[in-house]
Amino acid sequence: MYPDNYYYTKDHEWLKIEGDKATVGITDFAQKQLGDVVYVELPQPGAQLEFHQSLGVIESVKAVSDIYSPIAGEVIESNENLNDSPELVNDDPHGKGWIIQLKIKDEGELDKLMSASEYEKFLEGLEE
Amino acid sequence: MKRTRLYPAHEKAGAKLVEFFGWEMPIEYSGILQEHMAVRQKAGLFDVSHMGEIVISGNHALDFVQYLTPNDASRLDENKAQYSALTTPDGTFVDDLLVYYLDENVYLLVVNAANSDKDYQWILDHKNGYDVEVHNLSDDYTQVALQGPEAQKILQPLTDIDLEDIPGFGVARGKVGGVEALVSRTGYTGEDGFEIYTRAQDPEKIWDVILEEGKSFGLLPIGLGARDTLRLEARLMLYGNDIDEATTVLEAGMRWLVKFKKGDFLGREALLKQKEEGILRKIIGFELLGKGIARPHYPVYVGDEEVSKVRSGSFSPFFHKSIGLTYLPVEYTEIGSEFAIDIRGKSVKAKVVPTPFYKREEIQ
Repeated sequence: MYPDNYYYTKDHEWLKIEGDKATVGITDFAQKQLGDVVYVELPQPGAQLEFHQSLGVIESVKAVSDIYSPIAGEVIESNENLNDSPELVNDDPHGKGWIIQLKIKDEGELDKLMSASEYEKFLEGLEE
Repeated sequence: MKRTRLYPAHEKAGAKLVEFFGWEMPIEYSGILQEHMAVRQKAGLFDVSHMGEIVISGNHALDFVQYLTPNDASRLDENKAQYSALTTPDGTFVDDLLVYYLDENVYLLVVNAANSDKDYQWILDHKNGYDVEVHNLSDDYTQVALQGPEAQKILQPLTDIDLEDIPGFGVARGKVGGVEALVSRTGYTGEDGFEIYTRAQDPEKIWDVILEEGKSFGLLPIGLGARDTLRLEARLMLYGNDIDEATTVLEAGMRWLVKFKKGDFLGREALLKQKEEGILRKIIGFELLGKGIARPHYPVYVGDEEVSKVRSGSFSPFFHKSIGLTYLPVEYTEIGSEFAIDIRGKSVKAKVVPTPFYKREEIQ
């Protein structure tokens, strides 16, 4: 369920590393919690983000949720497809529902994140 | 948290449950967008047993109901219900509700779940001098709503009542799924449909037979999430958001609800004065012109001045737009007028649009 090569946060974001670039999204658990996503507020390219800084907002019918950057870096691209099709976050949260792409500042910060198995254990803990 | 008698059915259907004014209720089953569109295109079934039911009976029952409410209850008989309100001496809302005539000198008020206890107390506090009994029967009643273009087709084989004969706001009595029930052609969605009330001890039969019969029609169980988006599109008020003890019936755009000629009622004087002087603010429907979703409590600006807050605001599943309701000073309430809403620090333009946003004839 949760791709092995991704990193995960306690706020249910995922990170996929490709060289010095990272793609960020929210996990399947998060999209289920939110319900139907109807709007995503995306940051502009060039925006500088710190670890755990709010990079934008995901809105479901009933709620507004902040998205926190899992790592420090500069926004290269936001997923413009989410403007017309916010439901991609629900339908394919780990793939087509990606939210931003960043240039990573410090790879060392990856140590703060969880692996897929650690995230799955974390989720089990939440259900208790 | 309280649970309705239909709670096991919600668990079985895999509902996402939330707390709603002390009740554990389904907010959604398969998803708000899907549920919303099912009601607009086919049919949906709602458990609304959390609503309150207060019965006023006795020799002065009609007089008392007339005193408590602005609409004219003398026009009711066992075949008719009416939308009405409990008003304060200021002409503002204690609650909005439906009034049913159950029998001579017996009236049923169906009130909002959030206000059940408040309304019951309000009614008791005002009954001095009236030869009446007031009973809060909320715990006895189970209520379900079947709404959507297929509602009548789904319900007819399940009941001995001739549904075709029931006009809008009409009422009938009979059996649904073998269970004694009161049925009215009323609802909170803007679609055709029925609200079904029973005091039977086995009300889940009603839920089960409707769900079963409705399968081939595309009927879905509907949670409170879609209930809210549906009623907003139909511009139906939500107490606590759109109307409350600080908004008058006239400011809420319900001049038609106030029957000044019927005699005295709580708030009559204040509303008459306001009618003569003219209201200063009025509720309007808006559409957001920029990106985002305007939600309740977001500040509303005309020019640099904050004039009010968004009362109801949500994403509209039918129109794919951000729509909502707010009060504006009357001089800014013309259709097409533009104003602004502060969405988390950003000013986004909005415009006044005609309401209801959705009217049944618009079904594609």
